[in-house]
Formats: sequence, C-alpha cells, structure tokens
Amino acid sequence: MMDDTDRAIVNALQGGFPICDRPYAEAAARLGIAEEELIARLERLLAEKVLTRFGPLYNAERMGGAFTLAAMSVPEEDFERVAEAVNALPQVAHNYRREHALNMWFVVATDSREAMDAVLREIAERTGLEVFNFPKEEEFFLELKFAA
Amino acid sequence: MLHDTLDATDRAIVLATQEGLPLAPRPYHAVAESLGLAPEEVMGRMEKLLAAGVIRRIGAVPNHYALGYKANGMTVWDVDDARVSELGRRVGALDFVSHSYRRPRHLPQWPYNLFAMVHGKDRTEVEEKARAIAVLLGDACRGHEILYSSRILKKTGLRFGG
Repeated sequence: MMDDTDRAIVNALQGGFPICDRPYAEAAARLGIAEEELIARLERLLAEKVLTRFGPLYNAERMGGAFTLAAMSVPEEDFERVAEAVNALPQVAHNYRREHALNMWFVVATDSREAMDAVLREIAERTGLEVFNFPKEEEFFLELKFAA
Repeated sequence: MLHDTLDATDRAIVLATQEGLPLAPRPYHAVAESLGLAPEEVMGRMEKLLAAGVIRRIGAVPNHYALGYKANGMTVWDVDDARVSELGRRVGALDFVSHSYRRPRHLPQWPYNLFAMVHGKDRTEVEEKARAIAVLLGDACRGHEILYSSRILKKTGLRFGG
C-alpha cells in the first residue's frame, strides 16, 4: 500500500530529477525527507511495480530511425494466427487488441523509412490483410501526469 | 537506430541507463564507473541529451495500472483540417490526456485525424473525459469514437541494442 509520502514521491518525481553529484539528496530535500529514505522508498515502489522504472525516459525518435502506428481488421477466427505472425517480428514493439472493426493496433520501430516500408509490406504478405498505416504527422506534447 | 545523432559515448550512456538509474547516492558516478568515464562527462552529456530532447525527462515512470488507472481509451476525432493543429495543442494540454497526435485519415474506413489517449479509473471516467474533449473541439469536430484495449498482445517497449 502507498502512504502519503509514497504518493508525494510519485507525484513530484515524474520529471525534473536533477543531474548532479547527489541527486537523490537534492530531490529528497525538496520532499522534506532524507536521502536514504527516498532511495529505500524508490526501491520498494519498483519492487511492488508501482513504478516500472526510475531514470531517464528517452525519446526514441530523436535518436534516428522510423516509428509508426499501424492497424488491421483481423477476422475473429484468424486472430491468434495473425497475432502470432505480427508479434514474431522484432520490429513490432507493442501490439494491442482493441474493440473496433480495426481490432489490432501495433507500433513498429525500424532503423530507416525504407526498412519501415519493408516491414509493413511483410506483415501484409504474411497475414494476407490490408495494413493501415498511421504515421504521426504532428505531436501535441505530452507530459505524463498520473496522479497517485 | 542510434547512429544518426549520437556518438559512441552517448550510445553507451543510453544503453547503461535506459533500464533505470542506479539507486545509489551517486548514481551518475556509478554509471561513469561502469563505463570507464569521468562522472563530469556522463553528467555533461546527459545535460546535453536532455536539452536536445533525446531525454524527455528524468524521474519516476509510474505503472498507471498499479495507480488505479485501469481503463485506457484511444479516443479518435474527425477534426476540421484547418483547426486541428490549434485544437490538438489544447487537447494535448489536458491533464488526463497522456499522448495526442495528428495522424492521416484512411477514407472511407477511417475518418479520424486526431488521436488522444485518455486514462481513467474505469470506462465511465474515460467517457466523461471524452465528453470534455468533445466540448473543447466544439463544431470543428464531425465525429469521434473511443477504442478500448481489451488485450495486450505484445509489449516489449522500445529498447536499443546499440
């Protein structure tokens, strides 16, 4: 269970962790707790999977490479086979079933635009289905702000 | 994937920190030691990566499911092309929207050009929040849908092999 201090940590530390010699000490001082308490609580929140990670969140697109969101309309009787074929490709990072005629939505990451086109073609060939490509045209950013 | 904008030392830092920072009093020193670099160099390069937007932010990445946000709806909107950029920025600024993007339509099957991911405790809450987006978009919006995820088929995240 989370107590008030845990909630304060999760709410205050979703960004802005300092880059300095003793960053936990600095962040802890802002929260009014001791450095070792902050470290111990972060260890516990990670162990309890309240946090998935503590550290830098990298923007993959700023490192080069190509990304897209794609979707397919998969017949129900074929869903497991298609999911297996799509998931087998290492370039597929996430894949979600969604309640819609377009019922399979996945994110593809590749080294280049050319490689992206090839992966989407391969998915269409392997599954026999049309792949709808939804590349990002504009990003309205976006600060994660989950309240604990 | 990392070869366009980052040099070998930057890549080593990304690989050493993408799973998280060490939970030790001097985490950047620990990273530096594992890479055979000076702590000042690691901190200086991370400052630059942060300023360049390669690092979006440094801190806690919550598991929103564990925080009670059990419903997530991908809300999609058919918004007047002339106004979608201006309105998209306002939707992206709402505190219950985690990601918002303009994406292409695929007519006739898919008329929607604005995507906004909405998180809530349950579907009722997601629907209330979608109504708030509908109010914000007003007559610039010709229709919308909410696509709930019913199963995670794969979730490896984006990880770099260097």
